[in-house]
Parts: sequence; structure tokens; C-alpha cells
Amino acid sequence: MSKSSMLSAPFTRSELQIQSIMLTVVLALAPGTAWGVFIFGWPALFIFIVTVASAVAFEAGCLLLAGKRVDTTLLDGSALLTGLLIALTLPPWAPWWIGVVGSFIGIVVGKQVFGGLGQNLFNPAMLARVALLVSFPVEMTVWANPTAPFSSSAPGFLDSLGITFGGLNPADGATGATMLGWVKTEFSQGRLLDQSLATGGYGFFKSFLGWTGGSLGETSALFYLVGGVWLLKKQIITWHIPFSMLVTVAVLASVFTLVDGERYPGPLFHLTSGALMLGAFFIATDYVTSPNSPVGQLIFGAGCGLLVYVIRTWGSYPEGVAFAVLLMNSLTPVIDHYVRPRIYGRDRRGRPLELPEGRE
Amino acid sequence: MALIDMHALWSGKQFDIQSLLTGKRFDLNALLKGSQPKIRGGVHPEPRKEATADRPIDTGFPLPPMLYLALWQHVGKPAEPVVKVGDKVLKGQLLAVSQGAVSAPIHAPTSGTVADIMDFPSAHPSALPTPTLLLEPDGEDRWVSLPEKIDPFSLSPEEISLRVGAAGIVGLGGAAFPSAVKLNLGRRTKIQTLLINGGECEPYLTCDDRLMRERARIIVDGILIMLHGLGAQKAIVGIEDNKLEAYATMRTAADEIGDGKVEIALVPSFYPMGWDKQLIGYLTGKEVPADGRATDVGVLMHNVGTAYAVQQAIRHGKPLISRIVTVSGGAVDFPRNIEAPIGAPLASLLAHCEYRPDDTARYVMGGPMMGDSLPHPNVPLVKGTCGILALTQAEVSATNAKSCIRCSRCVTACPVGLQPLEMVARIRAGQLEQSLKFGLKDCISCGSCSYVCPSEIPLVHYFKYANGELLTRDQANHKAEQTKKLAEEKLARIERQKQEAAAAAALRKAAAKKPKITEQAA
Repeated sequence: MSKSSMLSAPFTRSELQIQSIMLTVVLALAPGTAWGVFIFGWPALFIFIVTVASAVAFEAGCLLLAGKRVDTTLLDGSALLTGLLIALTLPPWAPWWIGVVGSFIGIVVGKQVFGGLGQNLFNPAMLARVALLVSFPVEMTVWANPTAPFSSSAPGFLDSLGITFGGLNPADGATGATMLGWVKTEFSQGRLLDQSLATGGYGFFKSFLGWTGGSLGETSALFYLVGGVWLLKKQIITWHIPFSMLVTVAVLASVFTLVDGERYPGPLFHLTSGALMLGAFFIATDYVTSPNSPVGQLIFGAGCGLLVYVIRTWGSYPEGVAFAVLLMNSLTPVIDHYVRPRIYGRDRRGRPLELPEGRE
Repeated sequence: MALIDMHALWSGKQFDIQSLLTGKRFDLNALLKGSQPKIRGGVHPEPRKEATADRPIDTGFPLPPMLYLALWQHVGKPAEPVVKVGDKVLKGQLLAVSQGAVSAPIHAPTSGTVADIMDFPSAHPSALPTPTLLLEPDGEDRWVSLPEKIDPFSLSPEEISLRVGAAGIVGLGGAAFPSAVKLNLGRRTKIQTLLINGGECEPYLTCDDRLMRERARIIVDGILIMLHGLGAQKAIVGIEDNKLEAYATMRTAADEIGDGKVEIALVPSFYPMGWDKQLIGYLTGKEVPADGRATDVGVLMHNVGTAYAVQQAIRHGKPLISRIVTVSGGAVDFPRNIEAPIGAPLASLLAHCEYRPDDTARYVMGGPMMGDSLPHPNVPLVKGTCGILALTQAEVSATNAKSCIRCSRCVTACPVGLQPLEMVARIRAGQLEQSLKFGLKDCISCGSCSYVCPSEIPLVHYFKYANGELLTRDQANHKAEQTKKLAEEKLARIERQKQEAAAAAALRKAAAKKPKITEQAA
């Protein structure tokens, strides 16, 4: 389409473009990502680079196959963002091929098969995580414990290369369960909540700041909260989905902890555990796979929150953001079909409003 | 554990959840049905009004060597010339009369000679030639004999409408709908409130702003005359809060001569605040039903420029022969508002403001959000032209449409409450009827969705295309049906004639042979 061929108004446009949206989101994710790399060391950096690079490579390959323009489409930054989000869902010490397979599932199966940017029904990053989790449960549940960088317990550069690329098993004491997983396992062995929290070394601030095991995106609730609020401020996302998702989880957690405090952790535990902050601000808000009306987004967010809580509490997986988002993704077309903004001069069903009395 | 159906994940898009929920519609919206927010949607384009807002209206525009008066420059039927080529005419003299109920006459903007009545490029994106009256000014600018000063309030309301119609006044905000028709409608339906649109939310345009700043008393007088013509008691002027000086002058004028009937209200600055229904909702809290008119909720809206023209017509007997037009854009060196005669070539207005043709990437008539692109500026000024812009390449955004990412900014921006992304998806797939279900016909083409789209999809363009295509199809269908009907009728007629002929022949035969039987039968 040449520039002069467009003769229709408007002749002015807002500055915001896809590329700047994607890069703003990447920037908002940067502090949390950096923190993850900081506490998990070289292997985290390696898996991060492998995942992002392979995501971009798969995107380029698909565009070539489809005969689309590679340069402009690749530069929109969507593959970079998807790769980054996939990397954030992986165990930081996962072997390199987990990252590559994850990117393949996310980019090729999750996005390009549907027709590329904007066409996919499911969130590519969550699809990749769930597919990996179901296919490679062992590799996907080895969680490194956080270590101070350059301390004796942190793996050296060569050891790290071995962990990521050489199939080297990390030392025994270096890994453990995530807090959600720990609580779940302990409960199944009949231990009460405060016991398991104590033995697991749980502390609210530790969890909130992110000194805890888990995937890169699972650690610091604080950094992802800050990044999310910044996105709200930049008007990249709206408040509806994060708000309803977090509130739903918080309300459910409050109700159940009041009912049985020995069994159900409270709202603060839930809000700072798992990848809930990442999920609420960065995953569930994915434009392509969430509803497009404000009311629809509220419903969508509440549904995500409900499913997260249900899966975490009664499901067999300790963490439920990925499943919850995917399930709600599948409901997005339904929500969009039934929940639409009211058209001016019409009622909710599209019939014209009634004329006032005494008018022809 | 199969928490999700992996097969459905791999196999693709269409797995039918909707069928699970068939039957009962769960109307979640109804639960959240609340009061209508006063403002819906909208965007904040760069105003770019500073180039012209602080410069006084230029009344020294020299008469061009020829004026081109399009006979069809209003909504309704074209006007019919009542002068002949070669006639000498005076300023304000009637040149063409209105035809039918919805139309407007044309008057001579200056004295001179009728040079020709021919087809001339029109002020339309196509610039296709339409019937145009060419007037060669004689430079004397001599008025026809104007009546003595009239007291408008001694006239009957009907007389006001008649005179407004005879003065050729149309909506000067851009719609160019004959004002007398609106006044009559308002009087018949006994509206309570006259709303005056001083929103001017389009970027660049400042003609209403300048008019309010410089001629506020005349506008207020015009509003009072219109109120008299309508038999209404109250008028509200809505002015965007980025025009504080205009607001202040209008306030003063309303306090001094408004008789307590004219209220001046500040409204928020955003686009499209000047959409009549947006302004009605904000100022009165009322909503116009989809198949109704503003008068159905007891209001009528006119533009400030129209109020000015009404005052001139009723008090001084001056027909609408000139208007204030904003000449602006990056390729114009001395942008300003000009009071220009109708029919002046837009190129002469641009030249008066020293524009650079080589730097102009796009000529736009009206504002950049809803205006029309012109292939060249050699078309005449018409009554509905608020502005002529010569935009540079830097101002005209490149349009390089990319994939929709469903960010739903268009949904948020739409003042009507449509889902532009859903409509476009259907139009692109050729399902035009489906897009109707999403409210295609309710689109007001304001361009807010195209403005915010980060993928630069020309959404409004698709909607205009779809509406045009549907109209064409309807017409083709209608034509085909009519043709079919005529053909069938013709066949039936031929058949009937044959039978009649045969019957008549048989009758004649029988009459000749057996007259008795026929008698019996009779």
C-alpha cells in the first residue's frame, strides 16, 4: 500500500505503534527479569538468551515460509516479547532444549499456525509453559534456590554452561520446591499450614521482594507489580483485568483462610506467590487473547482469578496461572460475543431506544 | 492429568464453545446496566490550533478574477439558476432558487457579470465537475438595495424561517443542511432547548473560535433570533475549555444582551466533542434514540457560524454570501482565518496565505479527522467549508497497515460504543452483512478508531467502503427485482392479450356459426 493511495480521513494518527507497545512491555519486564538473573546466576541468563533468540529465529523462519516480509514484521517486537515471557516461565536452571522447545511451541504452534500476530486464540507463552509442563514434568519442576551472586554457593561460569548446555545436574542442596509446591506437598502429608510455612522458611517480605525459588517470573512480586503499574500509567494496559484478577484471588483467599486458617493460606501469601503478579499484569492482559470490552475484561480477569485459586488450592498442580489464563482464553470469543458495549441510541440488545412520550 | 483438551489446542481456532451455551443468553451487561456516562470514547489529537487561533480574521481577501458558485453545495436538491449568461448582477442578488422542500438558494457574493453556467470541478474528494455558475466580479462590490433595519422580534416565527431559507443559510459547521428546514422542524416539535455548537473539536480549525472572540454580540443576537423563530426560551452554547477567551467574550455578550435566555457552558476538550449527540448528552443528559432525531428529545442544534449568518440575514437582510474559513497546515507560511466570498477558488485562499505547493503532500477540506482529501485546490469554496489545509508529508501520517493485535483501543475510543475491530474483521472477510450486526450503520465516521489504531489500520475507510458496497448491492437487488417484475408483467400481459384475442376470435366464430348458444350463455 503506497502512501499516496490512502485518501480517506483521518489524516492524522496517534504516535503509538505496535513496536513501541511491545518494547514498553519488554521494558516493564526488565527489572523482574534482571532480578531473576541476579539471584539465579549464569544458568538463568543462558536459558533466557537461548529462549528469546530461538523465539525470534522461529518467528523469522515462519515468516519466510509464509512468504511475508521478515524485516518489518520481525521488528514489531512481538516475537521478542513472547520469547521473553516464555523464558520467564521456565525453571532458571532448565536445560537449553527446554527453552528451544518452549519457543517452538509458543511461536510456531501457538501463534504462527493460527496466522501470525493477532490471530491466535491462546496466549503463546502460556501454551508453551503448559505444553512443556505436561511433556517434561521433571525438567520443568527443578527449582534452583536463590543464591547471592559470586558467593561460593552460586555456580561458576563453566558449571553454569554445564547446567544449561551439558546436562549437568545441579548440586543437591542447590534446588528445592517453590513455596506453593512445598505447602501443597506438606499438606498432602497431613501437616498444618503454619508448620509447613515455618519449615519452608516462608516470610512475606522474602516472598514479596522475591528471595525465593521459582521461575524467573515467579520470584519478585514487587518488581512485576511496579512494572505493571508503570504499564497502567503508560496506558499500555487498562486496569480491568489485573484488578479483577487480583481482587478475586484476594477475596477467595480471605474467605477460605477465615473458614479454615490451618488449611488455607491467606491473601498475602497468594498475592505474592507464584507468578500471580506477572500473570495479572503481563499475561492475562495480552491484547490478542483477552476480551475487548471493559466489562468483558472484568469478567475475564475474575475468571482467571477464580481458576488460579481453584487450581492452586484443589488441583494437582501447585501453580495455576498458566492453566487459568488458557482456560479463560478459550472463553474470550464467548465473552466477546455476549458482552458488548451498548451502542449509542440503542438498548443492550441493539434495538433503538424508545422515543419519549408525545413525540412522533 | 488432562486439565485442558490438548487436542483442541493443537487442532486450531474453531472449537465451538458457543454451542455449549446455546439457548439462554446470559445478559451480563444488563446486570451492570447503569446510568449512561455523559461522555463516551473520544481521543485527544494534537490541537495544532495555535497557528491561527491568535490571529484576527482577515477581512482583506482580494476578490479573485472569477467566482465559481456551485449550484449544489448543500444537503438536498441543487438550486436552479434564475439568471442568464451575460446578465449583470449586484452583490446579494438571487442567482439560483431552491428546488423542493430541502434545498437552498445561491446569491451573488459580489457585483459583476454572469460569465458562464457550466460544469466545474466540485469541492469533493473526486473533484468531479458539477453544474456551476461563474461570476466575473466588476470590482465595484455594489449591493442590491438592502432593506431598512428590521426588528426581528416583530416578525412572526414562521417569517423568520422563511427569511433564513431565502437567505440561503445552511449549517456552517460542515454539514450544510438547510437551516430553515431545521428551524421549522424545531418549531413544529416544540423543542425546549436550542443548543449552539461552539465545540470545534477538529484539529487546526479555529474559524468558530475567532468568530466567537470577535463577533460574540452578533452571535448572541442571532441565537435570540433563532429562539424567537423556534418559540423556545432557552439556548446553551457549548464551548470547549481550550477556548477560554472565546468563552469569556461569549459570557460577556450573553450577560449584556442575552436576556437571561442564553447560557454559555464550558465542555471538555476532546475529539469528537462537537459530535451533536455527544454535546447533547453532555449539556442536557439526554440520549437521542437510534431511529430518532435530536428534536425527539426536545433539542435542536446549530453551529455558532449559523447563528451569525442568521443575524446578518434577519437584521440586515444580507444573504449568506461569505464565510470565515481557516487556512492552515504545515505548508502554509501565514496561516489565518479569512472571511472569504463563497465561490472563491481554494487555491486563491491558500495563495493569499502564501502556501508552498511543492511541500504540500495533501490538501484537506475541513479538519484532518473527518475532512475530505482534495486532489487539487482548484475547486471553489462552498458554504460548508470550515477549513482548507495544506499538509506536509510530516503531518500526513504514513499508512502502513499491519495486523490487528486486538488491543481494543478502537473500542475505547469509539464515541458510539461500537467494536471497530470486530466490524473490520468481518468486512475484510467479505461478510458485510455480519458487520451490520455490530452496528455498521451506527458509525458516524468520526475517525477516532483509525486515529488510535497502533497497527495503522484504516478502519473508517473500511466502514465507508462497506456502507457504500451494501448500498450498491441494495440498489442492484432493487433493480433486478424491478426488472424481473416488469418482465413478468410483460409476459403476463402478452399472455393475457393472446387469450383475449383467442377468446374474441372464438366468440366471433361462435357468433357467426351458432348465435343461439351464445344467447343462451348470455
